Amino acid sequence: MGSITLSKVTKSFGEAQVIPPLDLEINDGEFVVFVGPSGCGKSTLLRLIAGLEDVSSGEISIDGVDATSLAPAKRKLAMVFQSYALYPHMSVKKNIAFPLKMAGMDPAEQEKRIANAAKVLNLTDYIDRRPGQLSGGQRQRVAIGRAIVREPEAFLFDEPLSNLDAALRVNMRAEISELHQQLATTMIYVTHDQVEAMTMADKIVVLRAGHIEQVGSPLELYERPRNLFVAGFIGSPKMNLISGAEAAKHDAATIGIRPEHITLSKESGTWAGKVGLAEHLGSDTFSRIHSDELGEITVRTIGDFAIKHGDTVYMTPDMSKLHRFDADGLAIR
Amino acid sequence: MARAVTNQRKTINTILAWAVGLLIFFPILWTILTSFKTEAQAISDPPVFLFFDWTLENYAVVQERSNYMRFLWNSVLIAGGSTLLGVIIAVPAAWSMAFVPSKRTKDILLWMLSTKMLPAVGVLYPIYLIFIKFGILDSRIGLIIVLMLINLPIIIWMLYTYFKEIPGEILEAARMDGATLKEEILYVLTPMAIPGIASTILLNFILAWNEAFWTLNLTAAKAAPLTAFIASYSSPEGLFYAKLSAASTMAIAPILILGWFSQKQLVRGLTFGAVK
Amino acid sequence: MATQHSRSAARLMMAPAVILLLGWMLVPLSMTVLFSFKKYLPMRGGDLGWVGFDNYVRFVSSSAFWPSVQATLLIVGGVLLITVVLGVVLALLLDQPMWGQGIVRILVIAPFFVMPTVSALVWKNMFMDPVNGLLAHVWKFFGAAPVEWLSQASMQSIILIVSWQWLPFATLILLTAVQSLDSEQLEAAEMDGAPVFKRFWYIILPHLARAITVVVLIQTIFLLSIFAEIFVTTQGSFGTKTLTYLIFQRVLESQNVGLGSAGGVYAIILANIVAIFLMRIVGKNLDA
Ligand SMILES: Nc1ncnc2c1ncn2[C@@H]1O[C@H](COP(=O)(O)OP(=O)(O)O)[C@@H](O)[C@H]1O
Ligand SMILES: [Mg+2]
Repeated sequence: MGSITLSKVTKSFGEAQVIPPLDLEINDGEFVVFVGPSGCGKSTLLRLIAGLEDVSSGEISIDGVDATSLAPAKRKLAMVFQSYALYPHMSVKKNIAFPLKMAGMDPAEQEKRIANAAKVLNLTDYIDRRPGQLSGGQRQRVAIGRAIVREPEAFLFDEPLSNLDAALRVNMRAEISELHQQLATTMIYVTHDQVEAMTMADKIVVLRAGHIEQVGSPLELYERPRNLFVAGFIGSPKMNLISGAEAAKHDAATIGIRPEHITLSKESGTWAGKVGLAEHLGSDTFSRIHSDELGEITVRTIGDFAIKHGDTVYMTPDMSKLHRFDADGLAIR
Repeated sequence: MARAVTNQRKTINTILAWAVGLLIFFPILWTILTSFKTEAQAISDPPVFLFFDWTLENYAVVQERSNYMRFLWNSVLIAGGSTLLGVIIAVPAAWSMAFVPSKRTKDILLWMLSTKMLPAVGVLYPIYLIFIKFGILDSRIGLIIVLMLINLPIIIWMLYTYFKEIPGEILEAARMDGATLKEEILYVLTPMAIPGIASTILLNFILAWNEAFWTLNLTAAKAAPLTAFIASYSSPEGLFYAKLSAASTMAIAPILILGWFSQKQLVRGLTFGAVK
Repeated sequence: MATQHSRSAARLMMAPAVILLLGWMLVPLSMTVLFSFKKYLPMRGGDLGWVGFDNYVRFVSSSAFWPSVQATLLIVGGVLLITVVLGVVLALLLDQPMWGQGIVRILVIAPFFVMPTVSALVWKNMFMDPVNGLLAHVWKFFGAAPVEWLSQASMQSIILIVSWQWLPFATLILLTAVQSLDSEQLEAAEMDGAPVFKRFWYIILPHLARAITVVVLIQTIFLLSIFAEIFVTTQGSFGTKTLTYLIFQRVLESQNVGLGSAGGVYAIILANIVAIFLMRIVGKNLDA
């Protein structure tokens, strides 16, 4: 069991309120991602759940039991830190064994769990090394190993991949997702990278300045962003946001259209513009098109769409995928 | 330096540095050499440097006149005891200041340091009276307590600077892993801070070993450490250079040897953790 | 990273150190203040009652008072000046590439390990003795009349002895700081055509500022209360009676605890003035 409920939780550091009153429901077995720009309070929220910080007010319950003032160790949660926080003076094995030793577990059972975790995480060959002798990816795995042997109610990850290089990040992303499939344990995962959020989450929580902007599945957020912030934050490249006369035509203060929902043509279309920069990625081409009425518009086309700087092109948005926002930035449905 | 240095320049540096180093070391060297001379050779004119009849006689005489081993043992117990006691009290305090800092942490640290500036002589008589009252005048335990107290601010300061280099996340990880505060300090913090703790212990051992105000004023026969042993050679009738040298060598040898064996930690410790 | 729980744990764990130091400071201090208002002669009648500010007036009006303050400041200032200047020079020298750097470093640190009583005795007898001392031999060798160091140049001699003991400390701290200097910065300055002296003045010295502060702070703490060096050499004669030593004489030699305690209070005030002054500087420098 690993359901977590936050009700009216707030957190202030001195005068500054980092988390305004916040409610959130996390169900057992869910993979929940907190995403938002850096400094928005993601880590703080995670640490409140972990018990590493006190809430200023409100209540946190785990599995229906009030855990607000429970010590971190008593919450049955395991955390993987951004810096991995491995114990540098202990071998990989000792690192993984530490929580078991603290729990006073029977040594035979310890051995079994460590061996199992090492196998799952491909650490068997390194089991006697110190963290200092491991690569970034291996350290990451040790940190995860230390978390899984405890068989916690939920895992907490704080930007676990941000210290890895791009290629490794993609691999580890898949490994963590796979781990979630295997264990079916609740995972709360913090990141500022919306790609990680989209690819891994069952449920995404978009945060800004401590506020929850929207909660939903990746597709929900992609298809029905509740406001301008979410619209701009989810999706890559970013949604084109257009205000002014063109938006007024659609009875909105701002309209948004994603780059992949615009068709490009050299002959005719709704909007005309000049190609600024065309990035050919092979599979896709992203073009930045300058239009006098609309400003800069990004458009995705197929990889071999022949286009170059200075060309005049025409853009046609898919009207069914058009997003409209009112003056307060809220989506109009 | 990223650049290759000419051998000529290196030679000049070497000569200069060795000359200065030997000059600074010379008083100690001269004392050690003199301790192996006869009294006549010790004051011969012109002085002899190396070519004399080496003898161990002075050491035998000093040992016979004043029971060296007893003073040595007192020094070891007093310096060691006060340092260990200090570290035991300082580790939790330094943990608090390094990992749960508050607005007042820096003030408290500076206040602690400022207690070291209180002139000992200003409180000599009260301490004397207190010692008599508790019956710990001329006792090792009394000196252990006093030396622990005068070095405590420095021990806390050093440990604090070393602890601050340890990422708090690792301690938080231990907390999540179910470690109690005691286990967190014992199994995670202390092993990680071993180099810093070693430096702290070494340096404070030396400071306590060499402390001369309280050890001279609060001891008589029973608890007197090596500082008092050597002070007894300042009276004129003990004024024989060779014997004085032998006694001096005996008083400083343990620390010199300790220093040589633990050079790295000591160099680190000597900077009081204040400069990186 | 603080929860209510860890904050209260922190308070609890600070308590022993804070309480001990507070007790160590307050109990004897208040006794000293108490005695300073009494006529208190342990060997001649003991506690002879309250005398108001008599002891304070007598202590300051004694002819030994101002010279002792002067001697104290002179020794502290002299030793600080010598150790910092020579320390910088030595640190720069030891930072250069050379053969046997480790051994030279040991040689330079060694005086720090020598207990003050030993170093004072050795210097007094084996070096500064006007007849058999090594310095006397050197002077004679050059045809000069041997100097009676501890009476004719008593202050200089004491400063020399104490500086010898503290130079290793200053050198080591400064050396550590020099080693942390980014050599690219120096090379850039060299490329810009800055001569050696300017490079030292504008780059190296500012870089050493924090280390010098630390040296000054820590040495001052220890130097204000030097005792053994004077106890063993001049016993306070020939103008080397520091405030510490003067009080020591009043309390132990003249057995006048009241008067000595008033002196103690003055010494504490002096130390506090220096302390406040130093803490200002260090407090700022400690943040980095
Ligand atoms: N211990 C603290 N004391 C004061 N302010 C803090 C503390 N921890 C975090 N903050 C502030 O809270 C805000 C949110 O921080 P954080 O949760 O770390 O953001 P994120 O993880 O989303 O980047 C930031 O503005 C940060 O400055
Ligand atoms: Mg963060």
